[in-house]
Amino acid sequence: MIPAKFEYVRPSSLDEAVSALAEGGDDAKVIAGGQSLMPLLRLRLAYPDLLVDLGGLEDLRGVTDIGGDLLIGARTTHYQLVHDPLIAEHCGLLAQAAGTVADPAVRHRGTLGGSLAHADPAGDLPAVVLALNGTMIVSGPAGQREIEAADFFVDYLTTALGPGEILTGIRVPKLGNDWGYRYEKFHRTAQAWAIVGVAALARRSNGQVAEARVGLTNMGPVPIRAAAVEAAAAGADANAAALTAAAAAAAEGTNPPADLHGAPDYRSHLARVLTGRALAAAAGV
Amino acid sequence: MTTTTEAPGAELGKARLRKEDARLITGQTNWTDNIKLPGMLHMAFLRSPFAHARITRVDVSGALSQPGVIAAFSGADFAGEQGSLPCAWPVTADIVIPAHPPMAVDEVRYVGEAIAVVVARDRYAAADALASIDVDYEPLPPVLDIRTALDDGAPKVHEAGNKSYEWVFASGDVDAAFRDAPVVVERTYRQQRLIPCAMEPRAVVAQWLDDQVTLWSATQIPHVLRFALSAFFGIPEQNVRVVAPDVGGGFGSKLQVTAEEVLAVLVGRRVGKAVKWTESRSEGNMTVHHGRDQWQRIRIAADRDGRIRGLDVDLLADMGAYLMLVTPGVPLLGAFMFPAIYKMDAYSFKCTGIFTTKMPTDAYRGAGRPEATFAIERIMDELAAEIGIEPLELRERNWIKHEEFPFTTIAGLTYDSGNYEAATAMAKELFDYDGLRREQQERNDRGDPVRLGIGISTFTEMCGLAPSRVLGSLSYGAGGWESASIRMLPTGKVEVVTGSSAHGQGHETAWSQIVADQLGVPFEDIRVLHGDTLVSPRGMDTYGSRSLAVGGLALVGACDKVVAKAKVIAAAMLEASPDDLEFSAGRFSVRGDPEASKTIQEVALATFAAHALPEGVEPSLDSDATYDPDNFSFPHGTHLCATEVDTETGFVKIRSYVAVDDVGVVVNPMIVEGQVHGGIAQGIAQALYEEGVYDDDGNLLTTTLADYLVPSAADLPSYVTGRNETQASNRLGVKGVGEAGTIASTPAVVNAIIDALRPLGVNDITMPCTPERVWRAVQSANGGAA
Ligand SMILES: Cc1cc2nc3c(=O)[nH]c(=O)nc-3n(C[C@H](O)[C@H](O)[C@H](O)COP(=O)(O)OP(=O)(O)OC[C@H]3O[C@@H](n4cnc5c(N)ncnc54)[C@H](O)[C@@H]3O)c2cc1C
Repeated sequence: MIPAKFEYVRPSSLDEAVSALAEGGDDAKVIAGGQSLMPLLRLRLAYPDLLVDLGGLEDLRGVTDIGGDLLIGARTTHYQLVHDPLIAEHCGLLAQAAGTVADPAVRHRGTLGGSLAHADPAGDLPAVVLALNGTMIVSGPAGQREIEAADFFVDYLTTALGPGEILTGIRVPKLGNDWGYRYEKFHRTAQAWAIVGVAALARRSNGQVAEARVGLTNMGPVPIRAAAVEAAAAGADANAAALTAAAAAAAEGTNPPADLHGAPDYRSHLARVLTGRALAAAAGV
Repeated sequence: MTTTTEAPGAELGKARLRKEDARLITGQTNWTDNIKLPGMLHMAFLRSPFAHARITRVDVSGALSQPGVIAAFSGADFAGEQGSLPCAWPVTADIVIPAHPPMAVDEVRYVGEAIAVVVARDRYAAADALASIDVDYEPLPPVLDIRTALDDGAPKVHEAGNKSYEWVFASGDVDAAFRDAPVVVERTYRQQRLIPCAMEPRAVVAQWLDDQVTLWSATQIPHVLRFALSAFFGIPEQNVRVVAPDVGGGFGSKLQVTAEEVLAVLVGRRVGKAVKWTESRSEGNMTVHHGRDQWQRIRIAADRDGRIRGLDVDLLADMGAYLMLVTPGVPLLGAFMFPAIYKMDAYSFKCTGIFTTKMPTDAYRGAGRPEATFAIERIMDELAAEIGIEPLELRERNWIKHEEFPFTTIAGLTYDSGNYEAATAMAKELFDYDGLRREQQERNDRGDPVRLGIGISTFTEMCGLAPSRVLGSLSYGAGGWESASIRMLPTGKVEVVTGSSAHGQGHETAWSQIVADQLGVPFEDIRVLHGDTLVSPRGMDTYGSRSLAVGGLALVGACDKVVAKAKVIAAAMLEASPDDLEFSAGRFSVRGDPEASKTIQEVALATFAAHALPEGVEPSLDSDATYDPDNFSFPHGTHLCATEVDTETGFVKIRSYVAVDDVGVVVNPMIVEGQVHGGIAQGIAQALYEEGVYDDDGNLLTTTLADYLVPSAADLPSYVTGRNETQASNRLGVKGVGEAGTIASTPAVVNAIIDALRPLGVNDITMPCTPERVWRAVQSANGGAA
């Protein structure tokens, strides 16, 4: 990798990191796992003057049970998400989706916080955290604040993080045993990004889907909730036909991109098919 | 006069672990990029952002004032010495071979073409300074589609127009074959552009000392490169040393004389320091020569019972912007393979080589033969569907029967050996052909959204490139022989020097096995040397599945000479007549008196001491040999692929893959297995994943591996392999295996996809068969119904 020149600091506390970032201003960037930033540096699509490495902040790593929610440190790697027992017990969707990210090397370095802060519409975890009703915990020059996932993803590669702000953790409500889940990722090779991804959660009761949540990956510049599907699925019978019917609305309100791997109409079609499959799996059909 | 054993020896056929692997896979070896020399400088190239433009000004002065920069040059600065990159294969007398300066001087013709070079103290400084070079361009229209490039009024890539050559071949009366044929099927197939992605990027280091230059390069062809540097760039051959250190893959992409190699030598001379350049992956995707890129129109004429009467092929081949080392010849390596294993009355072939404003194409694993095999194996399935017979049955009705070998095909090749019946029978058995056909029917009957398809490829290929006289008759600029030397060391150990240049093939292991048997010395006592023109001065290098079938035979010849000489010396030591000695397992013994014997190691020591050599015998047990094959070799096999095609998403899953190959005698089954696996993977990659894509302005879109999808183990099935063996007509009985899998597998996969979807009305999908393309094919066959 032959990037443009940059300075590098590795603070050992969050305060130091925040002030280093604030001092660096527009030309400073946080680096966590580097799995999205380094490709940009390599291609010289990004050329920050200063990199603030979060690698020294051990507190930002790992999963804690804080009662009704799990608190996941921003530096928790994809690999940890796949293997963490608390995640497995209370929000298995995240583990399942993290297991589809890239390859083992990337999963060992890439972090949840980095995935969310990078906000790549093809990234798998933003739609998942959106479907999980997650909350971002952020520290900056003005102190700590919280941002709902629904408000966090603003545009292509753009989040609600302000200048100098660092994402420190993500809070996700624990899901009860009556919830099922499924992340359906459609991609051409195991290491490739999602052409479309669907994160589905379904709470089942008395042979019906009582409540459903669906997050869509790569169906627009930001991850979105398939609101029309959620509405149609709520109260639907838990069978393939009913859920396929509910999934017919999956592309509503989306704005899928066109690239080498798929035109928008194909993506819309995939969103419908995959949503049907994800919902069926989540509902245990 | 030879006394070596012809019977399979102890080493032949043994699955030896590869001697070279530990240093290769731990990265401990001297990859070119690991080389550091005193005072070494680094080069970075400024490359054209335009597919086609006139260069009106290049000003490198801005770069000169950047930190760490030692020098910067434009093409004009080397106009007097940079000459033109060579094309060694002028396939017709009137072929157009445009000048191809290593750095563009007044016009650029593809995105990525080098325009200027910065030389700096480190790679970072060199890369940073590129932004300080000023270039003025006047954009010219790109030429991107070979189907319209020859139209009147089409923009021109070169002054002389867009046609490079037209090459024709005909055998038998094609008009008659088609005139009253009951069945004629015609198709047009697309061979997409492929980008070879060797694991090791290209890298070069050049160092001048006085008037002598050493070029280290990640190349497949150190010998050809040395010759080219001398013949085309005026450096006296005795002053050029080329070293191919360990090289991490090539697949043909390093069978080239590249701009960067030539410029490293010229720039190094200009600045008086060693210089180095290593490409980035994105730079490589843009400027490593590409592969394939053809449109194939193919027509087949047959009787109602499926007997083939004739075949007619009309190719358009995208040369890219220039003709590189063997660019124009690649499609012609396929010319002789379209008739494949089938008998027919007539065959005609035409290929038009066309310039575009894209990266030049050249050899890529299989080179011409995968294209031909794809087209014939695809259209055999179409013919079978047209006349309503089982596709395997159609093939069997037409193929050369095992008792008919040697057989001269309609294309004029004489196939020496093969047994298509045996390979196919074994493949069917391993595949559970009948069981899968039943399941396919069941799925079709119940309208399963996931269809099952069976793809067949009963392929052959010509390899072991190549008889020099044949290359001559095809106007190729060099011969096809190979060389080998044996050096018997005084302690009885052996150094083997080979002119082939391994870059992943495992020659150090296989060559040791061959020599161990021929000389009767232990495998461990042998060291194989290659890839350095000082150590191995003669050779034609490695490509075209030639190393074993040509280089391996040179090795046997060199061993013969050692044994013959050692026998004379041993006879003297044993006070016997050479005629009374037999040689077996490394020991010369007197016939009828097994106690009286000398090992070849004892002879080696005696030869070194030279105290009592027979009259007229020189003190050395070394030998040199070259081998020029008198025919190609013809590996063949039957590959069967089962795919599950999800008609709702277009996703294709390879459910099972059986490959039965006949590569002749096998030296090391583990190496052969590896070549087959990797080869199949590369062919599957063409069928399903890979395509080099330029946009309408001629920008390459697939510059990273996120866009150019190379499959990994996670995407590929577990292969079931089997081997049938018929011996090639050379002393080792070997045929070659480097390209077989790639040649065979692409049509097997696509045939399987079409077979799955044919009941829905699909009879073609353009490669790569991406989910989107598969889905759209199903959609349009369904008349647009979801
Ligand atoms: C080959 C490859 C394939 C991949 N495939 C996939 C895939 O299929 N699916 C997928 O989802 N992802 C994929 N990724 C991306 C991967 O998931 C990244 O790990 C992730 O997107 C970024 O996490 P990171 O820790 O590496 O962040 P970095 O690369 O270090 O940073 C990314 C961005 O986030 C910012 N940032 C990082 N952490 C914080 C923080 N705590 N607070 C504020 N800003 C922060 C950085 O400044 C930067 O702008 C792939 C990556 C590679 C290299």
